[in-house]
Amino acid sequence: MCLAIPGKIISIKNQLATVDFDGIQKEINISLVSVRAGEYVMVHAGFAIEKMDADYASEMKGYLKTELKAGV
Amino acid sequence: MNSELKNFLKSIHEKAEKIGRPLWFMELCGTHAEAIAENGIKNILPKNITLVSGPGCPVCVTDQSDIDVMVGLALHGIPVAVYGDAIQVPGNLMSLEEARRNGADVNIVYDITEGVEMKKEKPNLVFFGLGFETTTGMTAWAIRNGLIVYSAHKLFPPAMEALLQNKKIRVDGFINPGHVSAIIGTEIYAQFKIPQVIAGFTGEDVLIAIDKLLTQIISGEKKVENAYSRLVKKDGNPKARKMIAEVFEISDATWRGFGKIKNSGLKIRKKYREYDAEFVYRDLISKIKKETKTKPSACRCGEVLQGIISSKDCPLFGKACNPDNPQGACMVSREGSCSVEYRYDN
Repeated sequence: MCLAIPGKIISIKNQLATVDFDGIQKEINISLVSVRAGEYVMVHAGFAIEKMDADYASEMKGYLKTELKAGV
Repeated sequence: MNSELKNFLKSIHEKAEKIGRPLWFMELCGTHAEAIAENGIKNILPKNITLVSGPGCPVCVTDQSDIDVMVGLALHGIPVAVYGDAIQVPGNLMSLEEARRNGADVNIVYDITEGVEMKKEKPNLVFFGLGFETTTGMTAWAIRNGLIVYSAHKLFPPAMEALLQNKKIRVDGFINPGHVSAIIGTEIYAQFKIPQVIAGFTGEDVLIAIDKLLTQIISGEKKVENAYSRLVKKDGNPKARKMIAEVFEISDATWRGFGKIKNSGLKIRKKYREYDAEFVYRDLISKIKKETKTKPSACRCGEVLQGIISSKDCPLFGKACNPDNPQGACMVSREGSCSVEYRYDN
């Protein structure tokens, strides 16, 4: 049930936002978050559950780099 | 495999060797179980690390008595709506799918807003509210928008406490659920004196969590680390929590496998009782509860959920019980450990 997909907010109208998922756009309920157009959100079962960093790959790459630099 | 990842795996092996004793890490989200199986992570880990699944599949931990109530309501002519994951879970009498085949009005929804829409045509519709903090906010929103709900919602941290108190369970570290944490934040886990890492849902995310757990064990630390900071903030999502607190209050709840866990459930506040199926249909529900007899089953889902046995230790697994003919909740939900084990092993 925790399967969720990140998407970018294109526009907002009241409680609903048009969210872009890699080219596919869907209407998503944003009642549980405070967001603006252009921001990224994690979407689960039709609702945005939380804001997300724009560069979602950076955390992982950063971690792998530091770990390797530390020579572990 | 790219060279960065190869070197990273080497570091995991070196750390595990340094510790030199058997280690049990428990993942607490069904989507982690799926990521682990999909990426073949168990096959590339050091021999002394065992990954076990915990109670992270919300459909799986829903008690049979809650399924019985929903089936009973449906069979008494009340239209019900439910997330697709839950429709095949067997209750003592039957599953909601079987009730549907017996003529009951059982509707599958992908998201709860469909339930709110459906209510316009079916005013007495009851939605089966289940899941952890990730989905509870949506249910709260729907109740405020007029949907009648039977709440089997649960809070995650009390289950972690129950696991740690059970001496039959050996756990050296938890991989904490990513999307539950997006709502509840990171600090709430600090009460549990065990290494914990909040992780996302890619194969790399899980490997990072394992690496961090090993580092904590080597240094003797027992803390909460957040390896999913691209989504999970220290304070979680206060707006969602406010919505939940407005509509729900904490109560005791029964979990499949665990039994009753104090303060681990959410019931609808009196203020919203006209949308609380337990209040609206209180006479019918107490009749259903009285009439339902417990059916004995050899299914060991309850022990699988606590990491006491693995799916393969259940005598039904892969024989009488498979995804086409599930005997218990752990095989029904795609996130259930038995379903994951069956699909990736075959």
